[in-house]
Amino acid sequence: MISKEEIKHIAELSMLNLSEEEIQKYTVNMQDIVEFANKVNSLDTEGITESAFALDTFNVFRKDEVRESFDREELLKNAPSSNGEAYSLPSMMN
Amino acid sequence: MKNICELTAHEIREAYESKELKVTDVVKAFYEKIKVDDEKIKGYITLCEEEAIAQAEAIQAKYDAGEKMGALAGVPIAIKDNMCTRGVKTTCASRMLENFIPPYDATVIKKLKDAGAIILGKVNMDEFAMGASTEHSAFFKTHNPVNLNKVPGGSSGGSAAVVAGDLSPISLGSDTGGSIRQPAAFCGIVGLKPTYGLVSRYGLVAFASSLDQIGPMTKDVTDAAILLNTIAGHDEMDSTSAKLDKKDYTKALVNDVKGIKIGIPKEFFGEGVNSEVKEKVLAAVKTFEELGAIVEECSLPATEYCLPAYYIIACAEASSNLGRFDGIRYGYRTKNYETMQDIFRNSRSEGFGEEVKRRIILGTYVLSSGYYDAYYKKAQKVRTIVKQNFDKVFEKYDLLLTPTAPSTAFDIDSKINNPLEMYMADLLTVPVNVSGVPAISMPCGSDSEGMPVGLQLIAKHFDEETLLRAAYTYEQNREVQ
Repeated sequence: MISKEEIKHIAELSMLNLSEEEIQKYTVNMQDIVEFANKVNSLDTEGITESAFALDTFNVFRKDEVRESFDREELLKNAPSSNGEAYSLPSMMN
Repeated sequence: MKNICELTAHEIREAYESKELKVTDVVKAFYEKIKVDDEKIKGYITLCEEEAIAQAEAIQAKYDAGEKMGALAGVPIAIKDNMCTRGVKTTCASRMLENFIPPYDATVIKKLKDAGAIILGKVNMDEFAMGASTEHSAFFKTHNPVNLNKVPGGSSGGSAAVVAGDLSPISLGSDTGGSIRQPAAFCGIVGLKPTYGLVSRYGLVAFASSLDQIGPMTKDVTDAAILLNTIAGHDEMDSTSAKLDKKDYTKALVNDVKGIKIGIPKEFFGEGVNSEVKEKVLAAVKTFEELGAIVEECSLPATEYCLPAYYIIACAEASSNLGRFDGIRYGYRTKNYETMQDIFRNSRSEGFGEEVKRRIILGTYVLSSGYYDAYYKKAQKVRTIVKQNFDKVFEKYDLLLTPTAPSTAFDIDSKINNPLEMYMADLLTVPVNVSGVPAISMPCGSDSEGMPVGLQLIAKHFDEETLLRAAYTYEQNREVQ
C-alpha cells in the first residue's frame, strides 16, 4: 500500500510540489492504480526477455557532417527569458 | 450535391478537378461553419484563417493554370495540437505550452503542405494526449457532435469531433493507447493507427515514444488511404522510422473479402464490454461472413495483462519525456522564483494539469529504485508475451475483428473523478499499441441512445493494405443498423 510519505518522495523525484490536498488525492488514486498495475505480476514470465519496443530496433547511423541548424534568434523567441544570445537564468552559485 | 462541409476529402479533390468547386469557396465555407458550430462543439484551439485563405488562393490559381496537383491540393485539414506547426501555436492543450510557437514543422506537416493540404487550425485534446475523453484539456472540453452532452473520446477528441461535426473533412490524430481509434468510434468516423514506425514521429510532442503513432481520422476509408499515402514513409529525423518501399494504399480499396481469414479474439468480448456494443460488432462479423470472409473464434490469452502493462510502460516513458519541461528553453516559466530549483519545481507544478502530474508520479514510481523490476521490467516482459500472442494468431488469420471500445461515448463529467475507470476506456485498444500492429476503427451502427458503435480491425505489422481492403469492403456493403 502506497503511503503519503512515498507520494511525497516520488513528487520530490519528479520535481513537483504537491499541496497537502493533492498528496491526499494522489495517494488514494495511486493505491488503486498500483493495485491494478500489480496484475502484471500474476503472469508467469519465466525465461522471457524484455522488449523496449514492439518491433525490432537497430542503431541508426549517419555521416557526421555539418548541416543547417535552427536560427538562434528564432529559438530564443520561445525562451521565457534570454539576453538575445543565450537563455538567462538565476545564478547557480553564490 | 451535398453541402460543401459534408464532403469527403476525395469528393472535394474531384470537385476541384472538375471545376465544380473553388478552393477559396471551400475553405471559406468551413470557416463560416466553424464560427457558428464550434461555439457548441469546441474542437478548435487555434484557427489559421488568414494563412489558409492565402494558401487557398494560391492553390486555386494553380488549378486554373491547369497544373498537375497533389493528392490533397486545396483539401482542408485539422491537426491535433501536439504536432509542431512552424509559426503556429502548438499547445498540447497544456498551460505548459500555451504560448509555444514551434520553429519547425513536424514531418507529417511538411508532407501535408507538400501535398497541398490546407491547415484550418489546431484542435483540442487531452493535455499531452493523456486521457480518453478530451476533458483533460487545460483550456476547455470538446463536445461530441452526435450528442453534445457526451464526450468525443480522447485523446484525439478534437480531431474526431471536427470531422464528425463537418468542421473539417479530415484530420490527423495520434494514438498511444487508442487515442485515434476510441474517439473515432465515439464520434462515428474512421480512425487508423498505422504500424509503429510507418509514420514519422519527428515533431510530434512525445508522450510514450515506444507506443506513439500518428494517423488519419476521416469520414470514410478512402480518405484514410489517401491521407496515409501522404504521411507514411521513412524519415531520417525519426530513428524508429521504418525503411520500406512507398506503397499506394488506394490500390487496396478493393470491394472483396472472399477467403480473407478473420479471427475473433474471445478475450475482447468479455466482461466489461457493453452488450449493445457486442451485439453491433457481432452483426458486423456476420456481414463479413456473408461477404465471403472466413471467420473463426481465436484467443490472445495475455490480453488481460495489456492494460496494466500499458499504463506502466506509457507512464514510465512519459515521466522521462516530460522531464524536458523545465521552464528554461521554452514553455511556461513560473513568476515565483529565486533559484534554479524554484524554476524547475514551480514551473512544472503550475504548468502541468492534474492528470499529467498523476501519470508523471506513476511513471516515476514504477521506475524508482525498488519498484523497477516489479513493475517496469515486468511490464516489458509482458510486452514480449503480448507480441508472441499476436504473432501466433497472425500465423493463422489475416485480420482480427473486435469492438474498438468497451462502451459508446459516455456523459461529460461522468468519469472525470475516477482515473482508473477512465483508463478502462482503453481496454480494447492498448493491445494494438503494445504489439505495434496497425488497426482501424470504423462505425458499425448505433446504440439505443443513438451513439455510434465502433468496430476495430487489426492486421499484421505493415499490412495496412489488408486492413484497408476489409474496412473498405465493409463500408461498401454494410446496412444501416
